[in-house]
Formats: sequence, structure tokens, C-alpha cells
Amino acid sequence: MTDKKKVKKYFVKIEPDECKGCERCVNACPKAVLKMGTELNFMGFPFAYYVGAGCVGCSACFYNCPEPGAVTIFEVSDDADGDSEKEEDEED
Amino acid sequence: MTENTNMKVKYGRSKGFFETFERRPGAIKKNMHYCPGCGHGIVHKLIAESIADFDIKDRTIMIAPVGCSVFSYYYYDYFGISAPHGRAPAVATGLVRANPDNIVVSYQGDGDLGAIGFNNFIQAANRGENIAVFFVNNGIYGMTGGQMAPTTLPGQKTATSPTGRSVTNEGYPLKVSEMVAALDAPIYVERVSLSSTKNIARTRKAIRKAFQNTIDKKGFSMVEILAGCPVNMKFNSREMNEFIENQMQHYFPLGCFKDIADTRDPIKRPEGIFDKQKVKDILYPIKVAKGVSADFKNESKIFQKERKIKIAGFGGQGVLSLGMMIATMGKLRNFNVTWLPSYGPEMRGGTANCTIITSRQKVCSPIVDKLCNLLIVLNQPSMEMFLPELKQNGVLLYDSSTIAPPKCSEDKIIYAVKASDIAKKIGSLKCANSVILGALSVVMKDYFLEGKDKKDFDRAFEEAIMDCFADKQNVIQMNIEAFYAGKEAVEATLTNPHPGV
Ligand SMILES: Cc1ncc(C[n+]2csc(CCOP(=O)(O)OP(=O)(O)O)c2C)c(N)n1
Ligand code: SF4
Ligand code: SF4
Ligand code: SF4
Ligand SMILES: [Mg+2]
Repeated sequence: MTDKKKVKKYFVKIEPDECKGCERCVNACPKAVLKMGTELNFMGFPFAYYVGAGCVGCSACFYNCPEPGAVTIFEVSDDADGDSEKEEDEED
Repeated sequence: MTENTNMKVKYGRSKGFFETFERRPGAIKKNMHYCPGCGHGIVHKLIAESIADFDIKDRTIMIAPVGCSVFSYYYYDYFGISAPHGRAPAVATGLVRANPDNIVVSYQGDGDLGAIGFNNFIQAANRGENIAVFFVNNGIYGMTGGQMAPTTLPGQKTATSPTGRSVTNEGYPLKVSEMVAALDAPIYVERVSLSSTKNIARTRKAIRKAFQNTIDKKGFSMVEILAGCPVNMKFNSREMNEFIENQMQHYFPLGCFKDIADTRDPIKRPEGIFDKQKVKDILYPIKVAKGVSADFKNESKIFQKERKIKIAGFGGQGVLSLGMMIATMGKLRNFNVTWLPSYGPEMRGGTANCTIITSRQKVCSPIVDKLCNLLIVLNQPSMEMFLPELKQNGVLLYDSSTIAPPKCSEDKIIYAVKASDIAKKIGSLKCANSVILGALSVVMKDYFLEGKDKKDFDRAFEEAIMDCFADKQNVIQMNIEAFYAGKEAVEATLTNPHPGV
């Protein structure tokens, strides 16, 4: 794997109106970069949000989330000036 | 930061879902109906992802059970069918048997699968149907408000076990995976959980494996998924995961119980027939044009009322088929007829009897309780048993090769024919019932039929014989011979032929 090491950046987006505030993603994030807000969405639920940096694209939040489209994880290509920190991609 | 062209979706809304859930009533079209943190949502996501990845959307049918997932067809961009509570595996069986290329998913809760539908489930498993069962075990009846399920843990409080499940009263939780893995037919059985990211990854793998098996037509796969119903259990998501991990997984150990797909060949079953005409031809083969024309009206007044015929003998004498021939004859002459057999648990050797009712009117009930108009008796014990049931002025026809002349009141009209002896001479004792039929044709002409009803009447009997022995062509001739022999024998004994009624 060492020869395949490549620095990748990730960005996670939580759609406020698709989140039901169950906190599964918040609990699952190994980097603790997801938090619960206090505002309520159109369904009346508080919703989670990304603190803006530190996502490693591990997909834990995506697969823990019971909603189809609340969580989207993006890969940001190298030349983009994303806010995400440089991390080793954990290939599976 | 905002999305820009340098951002590529790595994990996002699956193409297995509809973009918007138009089937879902109300204003919410992007979300599912499940409570926050519900296990069903996670399982749905994994299923949608598999189906999109395997590219099997156009031939996948998922059956929605009764339970919280009853509306799962709102969400998936493939076929969905609702089944009555617990019947998903039966519906799945029909779908996959009708078209073996269908990828059929039976999605079920623990109440649905483990309680009301357990027999449907276990039989489908035992038949090795080529389906994937995703069994969402949340240990509770979610939809109806948190009642105890077959998988509720000992001591677990639910709406219907307020002091905790008692194993002495309610028994132990049902270990479905262990039970189904013990059967020979299923090929893949695994229990997984949604308690952690790692466990969800295993669930994802298991669901994909079940799909792969189904695509390969290897047979029955089941994935039992320990899931949360945080709302009914009054847990937050952290407590829910801990409960699954520490309590549920303790009682229901995770792991693969069976994985033998490699050792099995793809299932091949006879192809279904979907052409209406073909099905009709198979069920009701038309052999020869039979019977009188549809507008033929029987004129014999006697048939204004029901004529009740009883035939009795021992099993193996052809009692039931004799009855069937008479009923068929009646049918071919446009009578309304019923035929009702009655025999003991033993196939042969015991007593057997059947009743036939013929009428120009509708027959109200096929049951002849006492009082019949015509009694046909083929052995001595039946004579003793049924003679008292013969109505006043009733007709008795019996096999005089084995039965002694009965003592009965003057009003009875008696015909005897040495049916067994004649049949033996013709070549087989088995056609004794056709000899009786021949005798009956004489009786009917004498006592039941009037005017043009008598015309061509023997043809109806001949046709009835051909009809009843349609799958034994080689014996038709012998039975027709027996029929005429019976007819002749009775006619010869009539010194004073009875006038028609
Ligand atoms: C024939 C019939 N009996 C009972 C019910 C009531 N009922 C609806 S859902 C359900 C149990 C559902 O439990 P489960 O299968 O565990 O599904 P969950 O909601 O927990 O996912 C019952 C008993 C019904 N709908 N139909
Ligand atoms: S992808 Fe992983 S690191 Fe990024 S927010 Fe989700 S859980 Fe956290
Ligand atoms: S897991 Fe999904 S629904 Fe739950 S808080 Fe996170 S984004 Fe919202
Ligand atoms: S009641 Fe339970 S199983 Fe049903 S949707 Fe809510 S959390 Fe899910
Ligand atoms: Mg349940």
C-alpha cells in the first residue's frame, strides 16, 4: 500500500433539510468534525453540520446516516483550494 | 466553502433511490418516513447501493412487508410489491418461479418474519427459493408501537412486556439465523449488525453477497440485521448502538452461519406457462366433442327434483370412479350434478361410498343424508349399512355375484347383476363398475327418463367412460364392453320389463 499513498482532500456536506438530527454521524465520525446545531430545519429537526476541516473521507458518517441524501462526501482534487487538511487516504 | 468543479462525489445519494420520492404523500419528498436513527434507513441505503452497483434495477423486485418498512416501495427505483403480513416469502416464491431471471428480495421485520410469517419464511428457505431475505431484527414491533417480538430479549421491557420479557412465560428469543442455517437448502446465512461503522461495513458486504448469490441463481440467502428502533426503545443513537452491541449481539452472536454457494449449481426449475389458452388446454383438455348440444333440455319430470344416488362398496372396487362416470354422464346430458366421495383414512380395503345428485334445477347441497332414490351396492356390509337409507319406492341395484338377495319392503324396486362374474369373464375384475354402469343405464331408462331424454342415452354413458379413462386409453374398450355386457345381463333378467315412469 505504501507505494499507492496519495494525498487526498475531502469535504462533507450535510443537507440541512434532509437531516433528522439523530446524531449517528456525529457519534461515528472518527475525526470528530461533525457537530449538532441548534437551529431547526423545515421538518422541525435540529441538524448536523461539518465544522469545515478535518474530514478524511472515511465514509463513516455516510453509512451511519439513515437518510438517503443527507450526507454527501466529496473528494476535492489536488489543485482545488479546499479547506480540508491533507490526510493519507485509507484505502480499503 | 462551496461546491466547485474540482469536487467529485465520493459517497452520495444512491442511484438505486428515486431522486425525489413522488410516491410518498405529503411535502417531504427527499427523506424516507422512518424515525430519526432508524435501522431501516441504513439497510435501505445499503440495498439501494447494491442494486445500483450490480445494475439490476430493471429486474429487481422488492417485497414490502407489513411493519415500518411497509412503504419501502416509495423509495426504490425498481419494482415493489406489498404482501400481507408475513407472506413476503410466499409472494417472492411466486415472483421468482414465474420468472427465474427476477432478482427477488423479501424484506422483513422480526414480527413479520419471526411471528406471523415464520412458516412462510421457513418453508421458502427449505425449498431453497432463489431469493434474498433481508431480515431486519430490531427486537420489537416498531410499527404498532413497540410490542414484544419473537426476538425481544429476556428481560427487555416493551409495551406488551412491561415488566420485561419473561422466558418462563413468553419463551426465549427466536434464533432465526441458527434455525435456518440448520436446514439443507439455504446457501448463505449471516447475522450482522448496525451498531458501529465496522459492523455496517460487514452488513454492506453481506447484503452484496446475498445479491450475488441471487444473481447467480444459487438459492436461498438470508442476512439477519440487528438494527435499532430508537424511538420505541426510547434510546438516543449512542444508547441504541450500545444496546445492540452489548445486549442484542450478546444474545444473537454475529457471524456467518452458512456459506455454501460455491458448492451449488444454479437452480433450474421447470418453466412456467403464461399463455392463457395453453393453461386452459392443460387443465381442461378437450378430447372429443361430447354430450348433447348446449340447448338440449331434459324433459323427464322426475328430474324437476333432485335425484339422489348413493354408491357403496369397499375401497378399490371402483366405487368413486363409478360415481364419477355417473356424474359425468349427467353432465354430458346437461343435468346439474354433484359428486361427493366419502372414505376412511385407508386408501384401500375400507368402506367407501359416494353420492351423486342429478337435477334439472340447481343442486342445493351435495350431501345425501339418508333417503336416497337410487342405491348401488357392491359388497355385503354396505348392503346392511345403506339399505335402510333407501327411500320408499327407491331403486336398489347390486352385484349379485357376491351379495345375497336382500330382504326389503315390497315398495323397493330391485335390480341385480352379477357384475364381478361378468367382469372376470371380460378380463378384469376392475371393470365390474362398468358392468354396473350398463345395468344402471337400463334402470335409468326404466325409472328416470322420459320421452326424448331416452334417445341416444347410452352414448352419454359411453362418453362418460371415455372421459373417465381418458388417460388410460387401453382400458376404454374393455370398459365399454363391460358396460354393454351389464346392460344385456340386466335386460335378460327382466321377465316383466318395468314401464317407464
Ligand atoms: C394480519 C395482520 N396482523 C397484525 C397486523 C398488525 N401489525 C402491523 S405491523 C406489526 C408488527 C411489525 O413488526 P416487525 O415485523 O418487527 O416490523 P418493524 O415495524 O419492527 O420493522 C403488526 C403485528 C397487521 N398489519 N396485519
Ligand atoms: S467522512 Fe469520516 S471523517 Fe469525514 S466527516 Fe464523515 S465520518 Fe468524519
Ligand atoms: S446521521 Fe444523518 S440524519 Fe442523523 S444527524 Fe447525521 S446527517 Fe442527520
Ligand atoms: S418505530 Fe422504530 S422501526 Fe419504526 S421507523 Fe421508528 S425507529 Fe424505525
Ligand atoms: Mg421489528
